[in-house]
Order: sequence, then C-alpha cells, then structure tokens
Amino acid sequence: MPTDIQAPSIAYLPLLPILIVFGAATLGVLVEAFVPAHQRRLSQVVVAVAGLVASLGAVIYLAADGTSRLVAESALAIDGPALFLQGTLCVLGIGSILLLSERRLDRSGGVVVSQAANAPGSREDLRLAESSHVQTEVYPLAMFALGGMLLFPACNNLLLMFVALEVLSLPLYLMAGLARRRRLLSQEAALKYFLLGAFASAFFLYGVALLYGYAGSVDLGDILTATSQAGKSDGLLYLGVAMLGVGLLFKVGAVPFQAWTPDVYQGSPTPVTALMAACTKVAAFGALLRVFYVGFGTSQWDWRPMLWAVAILTMVVGAILAVTQTDVKRMLAYSSIAHTGFILVGVIAINKSGLSGTLFYLLTYGFTTIASFAVVGLVRDSAGEATHLAQWAGLGKRSPLVAGVFALLLFALAGIPLTSGFMAKFAVFKAATEGGATALVVVGVIASAVTAFFYARVVVLMFFQEPTVDGPTVAVPSAYTAVTIAVGVAFTVILGIVPQPVLDLAGKAATFIR
Amino acid sequence: MSPSLTLIGVVPLVGALVVALLPQGKDVLAKQVALATSLVVLVLTLVLCVNFDPQGDRFQFVQSYDWIRAFGVHYAVGVDGIALVLVALIAVLVPVVLLASWDDVEALTEVGTEGSDAPAAKRKSVRSFFALLLVLETMMIGVFAATDLFLFYVFFEAMLIPMYFLIGSYGGPRRSYAAVKFLLYSLVGGLLMLAAVIGLYVQSAKQGPGTFSFEALTQLNLSHTTQAWLFLGFFIAFAIKAPLFPFHTWLPDAGAEAPTGGAVLLVGVLDKVGTFGFLRYCLPLFPWAAREFAPYVIALSVIGVIYGALLAMGQKDLKRLVSYTSVAHFGFIGMGCFAFTTQAGTGAVLYMVNHGLSTGALFMVIGFLINRGRSRFISDYSGIAKVAPTLAALFFVSGLSSLALPGLSTFISEFLVLVGTFERYTVAAVVATTGIILAALYILLAYQRTMQGALSSAHAALKDLSGREVAALAPLIALMILLGFYPKPVTDIINPAVKVTMQEVGAQDPAPTDVAKPAAESK
Repeated sequence: MPTDIQAPSIAYLPLLPILIVFGAATLGVLVEAFVPAHQRRLSQVVVAVAGLVASLGAVIYLAADGTSRLVAESALAIDGPALFLQGTLCVLGIGSILLLSERRLDRSGGVVVSQAANAPGSREDLRLAESSHVQTEVYPLAMFALGGMLLFPACNNLLLMFVALEVLSLPLYLMAGLARRRRLLSQEAALKYFLLGAFASAFFLYGVALLYGYAGSVDLGDILTATSQAGKSDGLLYLGVAMLGVGLLFKVGAVPFQAWTPDVYQGSPTPVTALMAACTKVAAFGALLRVFYVGFGTSQWDWRPMLWAVAILTMVVGAILAVTQTDVKRMLAYSSIAHTGFILVGVIAINKSGLSGTLFYLLTYGFTTIASFAVVGLVRDSAGEATHLAQWAGLGKRSPLVAGVFALLLFALAGIPLTSGFMAKFAVFKAATEGGATALVVVGVIASAVTAFFYARVVVLMFFQEPTVDGPTVAVPSAYTAVTIAVGVAFTVILGIVPQPVLDLAGKAATFIR
Repeated sequence: MSPSLTLIGVVPLVGALVVALLPQGKDVLAKQVALATSLVVLVLTLVLCVNFDPQGDRFQFVQSYDWIRAFGVHYAVGVDGIALVLVALIAVLVPVVLLASWDDVEALTEVGTEGSDAPAAKRKSVRSFFALLLVLETMMIGVFAATDLFLFYVFFEAMLIPMYFLIGSYGGPRRSYAAVKFLLYSLVGGLLMLAAVIGLYVQSAKQGPGTFSFEALTQLNLSHTTQAWLFLGFFIAFAIKAPLFPFHTWLPDAGAEAPTGGAVLLVGVLDKVGTFGFLRYCLPLFPWAAREFAPYVIALSVIGVIYGALLAMGQKDLKRLVSYTSVAHFGFIGMGCFAFTTQAGTGAVLYMVNHGLSTGALFMVIGFLINRGRSRFISDYSGIAKVAPTLAALFFVSGLSSLALPGLSTFISEFLVLVGTFERYTVAAVVATTGIILAALYILLAYQRTMQGALSSAHAALKDLSGREVAALAPLIALMILLGFYPKPVTDIINPAVKVTMQEVGAQDPAPTDVAKPAAESK
C-alpha cells in the first residue's frame, strides 16, 4: 500500500538536551520580535544561558541513567561520547554566550555590529560603528549553531549528520561577518568561510551519496555491516570515505583543508572566534570520531594511512606557520590547527584509550581556548582590539594579572606539566603509542617543541620587553568576561593537577553504541 | 610512609606564596620571609640526612599515593643516597643564593634607568624574584625526590618555567634570547623524553599493569632494540640538561645572562638533573643499552672536558668563562657515570655536590665583582686585589676548588672519577687528565688578569665585600675545605646507592688484573 507510511517512533527523552537548545533558540527569535528593545539584550542572555544550563542538566540526567541507545529509528545515537561532548558543548557554549554579552570593552558597547550588510567604509557603516545601537539576533544565531553542534556528534545517520553540519555552519557564516571594528576583514572572513564551507559541505554530501551507493544505506550501522561483507565495490567505499573525510576535516581545520582558519579566526568578532575555536572543534571531532570508529571501525586499514598523513601534515604545518605570525588571533588560529593535529593523533589510536583521550583533550582544549580568546578581547587600543603582537610588548608590566593569565594559558597550550594541556597531550600520545602509532607520537612531540617556540615568544614579548609608549590598554571587563576567564583558567589548572575525575568520566563515556 | 620529603618540598612553595602575596613596598620583609623559609628547609633537610640510614633500604622516607589512576601514576617520593646529597645541596645553596642576591634586583633597576628614558616601567619586582627562587626550590627538590617517572617528568618540565622567568626578567642584556634558548633546548629534550616515557609505560602495560613506578620499571624485560630507542630518548634529554658536548651550546648564554642567583642554581643544581638522570634512569632502566652506548658517551665526555676547557680559556666574559668550565666539569661527571665502576660512580656523585659548591661560589664572587664594576669583561678589570682583598682571596679559593687543587673538595671527586675510569677506559682517563692542566690555566689566567696587575683609576674606589656577601660565601668555602679533607660522611651516603646502580646495570668493578676487559663482556 503506497499511502501507508508509518510515522517513525521517536523517544523524546534522550533528545532533550538538543530539543532544549533548539527551543531556547526559537524562543530567542520570539524575544527578538516581541520584547521591547531596551529589555531585549538581558532577556536574550537569560534565555540563552538558561537554555544551555537546562540542556546541561538534561545531559547529566541522561548520563546518570547510563544507558546508551539509538533513537529516532537509529538516526541518532545517544551514548557516552555523544553525552560527554554535549555536556562539554553546553558549558563552553555558556562561556561563549557570556563573552558575546560583554558590553564594557568597546566604547560604543557590544562586540557585534547591528547592520552587518552595510558596505565597509560607507557612511552608514562609519556612523553605525560609533552609535550605541545594538541588535541582539546574534544570540538566537549562536543558539542555533550550538543546537546543530549538539546534534552533530550524536548523528548515527549520515544524512542527518549533513543536516546538523548545515545547521551549525550557517549561523556561524553569518556571525563571522558581525565584527564591529575592522569590518572589511570581518566580511571577508564571512564570505571566505561561507564559500569554502559550502564547498566542503558539497564534498560531504557527495561522499554520503557514494557511500549510499556502496552500502545501500546512510546509516552508520548498516555501513559497518556492509564493510564486513565481501563482494561490494571498494572503489565507492574509498571515494566515499575520502569525500566524507574532506567535509569533516574541513570543519576541524586539518591540513590541507585549513586555509580558512586564520582568516576567519582573525576577522570574526573575538567571542565568535572563541565559539568557533572551542565548540565547532568539539562538535566536528565528535562527528569525525563517530564516523570513523563506528561506520568504518572494521575497515580502518583503508582510511588509517590517510589520517596518518593528514595528522602529520596538520601538526607540522600548523606549528611551523604559527611561528611566522604577527597577529595574536592568527597565531592562535595556527595553534588551533596544530592542536587539531594532536587530537587526530588520539583519533588514529583507534582504541578505547584513544577515544577517552580525545574526549578529554577536546574538553581541556575548549576551556583553555575560550579563556585565551577572552583575554585577547581585553587588550585594546583606540581602533579596537590590539591584536598585532608588537603591541603586546611589555604587557606584563602594565597589567601583570592579565599577562600572567595569558602566559598560563599559553603554557597550557604548549603542554607544560601542571596544566591541563599536558595531561591531555599525554593522554592522546599514550593512546597512540598503545595503538602502535609511535612514529606519529615522535612527530607530535617535535611539533610540540615548535609550538612551544611561538608560545614562549609571546611570553617574552609580554614580560621581557619594555612597553611601547602608545601601547594598548587592558580594558576592565564586566563580570561576563571575567567569569568566563576565571572558569577557563580554573579548569586549566585543576585538570592539570587532579585530572582523575574527568579522565574517569571520559573513560566511562568512551564506548560508542553501534 | 613518611611525610618529611613532602614537607620539605611544600615549605618553599608556601614561602613563595607568602612572599608573592605580601603588599607592595614590603620588599625587605619579602626577603626576610624568603630567607627564613629556605633556612627552615635547610634545617629539615639536615634532620633528614641525620636520620638517613646508608645501610638501610634503598629508598627511604618514602610516600606513595594514587595520583592519576587512569595512567597508573602515583605521587611517590623517596630518596636514595644520591638523591639525598643532591637535595642537601639544594638546601644549602638556596639560602646562600638568597643572601647573595639580596640587593641584586634593586641594582638591576638602577642599571636599567641609567641608560634609558622610561624609568618608572623599568622597576623590577623584588617579591617576584624571591618567590620565583622559592618555587624553583620546590621543583628542584621534587625532581630529585620523585620515585615515579611521571612525577619526575612533571617536575623536570615544570622546573623550566621559574628559571625561564628568572633569566628573562632579571637577566643581562641578551636575557630574552638566552631565556628562550634555554627553554627551547630543554623542552626539545624533555619532549623526546616524553615520547620515551610513554614508550616505557606502554612496555610496562604489556607485561602487567601499566606503571610509572621506578622500582617496577627496573624489573621490565625490554628487547635490545626497545632499550636502545628508549635509552636515546632519555639520554638526549639528560645530555641537553647536563649539558654534555655537543648539546651544551645553550649553557654559556643562559649562564651568562642569568642573574647571579639564577646562574648558581641553574649550573649548580638544574644541570645536575641531567647527570642524576643518567645514574637514576638511563643506567638501571636500560642496562644493555647503557653498556652498549657507554663508550660513545665516554668519548663525548672527554671531548667535553677538553673542549670546554679550551673555550673557557678563550672567553672574554667572566660569566661565560665559568659556564664553559662547567661544560668541562660535566664532562668529568658524565665520564664518571658511564665508566661503570663504583669508584667512578661515587666520584661522579661527589663531583655533582662539589661542583655545585665551587661553581656556585665562583658565580657568586664574580657576581659581586660585576655588581661593583658594572662589566662582565675580564679586560675591564685589573689589580682588584689591591682594593678588595677579601673578594680576591675568595675568588682565588673558589677558583682553586674549581681546578681541583688537593685539599679542596673537588680534587677528591675528580680523582675518584679519573681512577675509576682508568680501570676501564685508560685512554679516556689519560686524555681527560690533561683537562686538569687546562683548568689551572683558565682559572689562574682569569685571576691574574682581573685581580693582579696595576689598579685602574676607575676601580680605585671599589668596595671590598660586605659582611652579607662574605656570610653568603663562607658556608660554601667552609664546605669545600671540610669535604676536601673529610668527605667520608658524604661518600658513606653515596656509596651504597651507587653500588646498587652498578649492580642494576650489570657492571662489576674490574679486578686489578683484567684492566682492559671491556664492559660488555662482564654481564
């Protein structure tokens, strides 16, 4: 009977974290439409933060319950890794929302421009830059992106994964163009991110199509079954995996698909950069892990060499190009590329400790990164953020606290012991050695040494050089930014000294449901 | 379970916190708190030394708790004889260094303001300086006290950060270059070691529960290839740290640019972590590889002895000169570690202590001289002995100790190393002996050029050492003389630990008759 289409049975409870965030985003749109202008900002912040906190509560509830399950006709997998990453995303998302709400740093208030479509440098654009007119669409945009990110690592179905990819990407493309200062860079970033992102999505979609041709299904479980059967066309599998890989590796910022990263990180408003650097990476790695561990878990000999090459390239290129940067945000962008390489080392381990190590790395990296970008946003001169490295000279003398915090975060990124960065690096390198990827670990430690060079260089600038006469000032942030930085730094230190509870959590979470 | 080592490690950290949190302007109080803290550590360490039983267990004052179960990491501390004397060396050097650096930060600020136009921002924080020194003390004690490889590694790397800031913030004109060079050299070595540490852990996990416990790791069965690779990972890290030729190039820069107190601790203690690492980790964990590579290490050491001495002779800068003498001395220590005789091993450990004392004293005297003359160059000084006889005399004594004059402590250690090495590597020992002659040359030449001769008018008003400065040097000089005549208390502590290490590496002391028997056959 052609008309007899049954409605899929959906268990809504496991979807609660995702639904709450999308609900809060929708509510944000309504707030935008109906709440009077002067109350809008506060209402948006409350809605967004409350949504994320509620979502985090739902994640904890589901995690305490402890059962992994496939829901919505096995299109979604709510299992350990998904919940761990969703929890991480909620916390990091709250941090990003708080950073977006900072009003005290820019003299006209707010970090985002209200009419991004104006031509940069035009009269309206200049007028707008100085006006205190503020729009708040950025909150629902961020929430939609976060909803997509929550969905992304839970997708057990490639078509749904594509939808999640688009849901998380489209708001980000927009948000990249919203910077209040240096509009041209920002618009360039948005356009570049959009074009390259759309291109990568197309690759992803084509990969899905090929894999459908190979396995007759877009369900990861079916693909897994298909890879263990003989008589399939391996050409479709290889091409499909490669294309899918391009789409995912683009999102995590792995070489050779990293070209967008520095431009977009530099041009976007700094809180948006923080959101992209921390949350997008977490979500995209979640999806990457699921695709390769679940869908292609038994065909690892087909794709492991490809990831080896990508990981080595990513670590080496990221580390070396970062050395040549003169802009703090670009430097952090290349550093994030190098870190993508380190995380890939954990992915390539293909064992349980690789999975738990990667989850732990994503969490620690997210906290450290959000706090770093928050600090970058504090250092300003008359033209906005002072991101040129030369302007940071002698910052340690002007404001020892901010410089000290930034130095600590940089040491964490460099992986110096007693910070979370070291524990995370240790976890993935250990897993990779156990998984037989010793050569990769050796490349990793050498790349780490190179990254230490440019982190140390910033410390040298801040502490060992004299301040310039017309150097930037450090703005005193409001509680929004201060709390975010404090939490990020606290996690960086605490996870460096007592990582056991979180490692346990990651260890418990490190089982995919198939 | 004895918490004494943890206590000794925590006291300086608490002191550092107090010093750092003192309100601005309380600089004198900060110094007093720092000194008092370091004296408390000294007293506690002396109590520890008295209670140490050389004939007892290998590791004493042990303490072990689970730290990170996911990695099998323990917070485990304990000292054997070798670690104990090095902890004692730290406990002696830190108060001395604090006393010697009493007014260094203020002096630095004055120097800065003379030639520049931004006086206000030039002021350096006294509190941070003393807090950093105390943090460094905690890290240094930790690195010697750790009996868990992971814990050792944590201290090994974390130790770099306070020293990095000491050099970079309070150092000489090329301080940022020297600080970065120091950090990067150490990190490269450290990260290679990290790969080896992980490799070792994975091997241990294949043979039982994965662990970093030193004693458990020595029981592992490792294939020769694995041993060779892991040995190299550790060895390069330690050789950079030590520093052994050809990994030494960072030391002259760091030693010369570091503030006096930093330089004393850098060369006196931090570098000892390298040679300590040879004895504690390279030898017992990878005995086969250690025996296999020993001849090459001995060769590098001998080159270091001669090369360091020759370069020291050619230096124009006093602090670089002392740094290069250390390269030569570390050649001796490296030779002692890898000769695989009890004599050479004991000599090497004793050398670590004595080198800390004599080079520490030398750096301090030179620091005092530079504070007065505002120049590091030998050619800027002459005839100083006429106006500053005490300074000259203490320079002379420290110098003599550095060139291993009989009657001063270094002589005994150098002698032990050479005799111990001679039994196994005759040629190497003979060549290294010429290093002693070269040492006499570089020390005496430097003394002659700066202290003797006509006094230049610029230095006519140069003040002799103050009471504080003499008080800082006195304990070191006293120890040099004391240990020069009666080293038994120290060697008694060292000897059993060295014997155990030699057993672990599978080396027996050659009988007097089979002098030329190579090490590899005696396993």
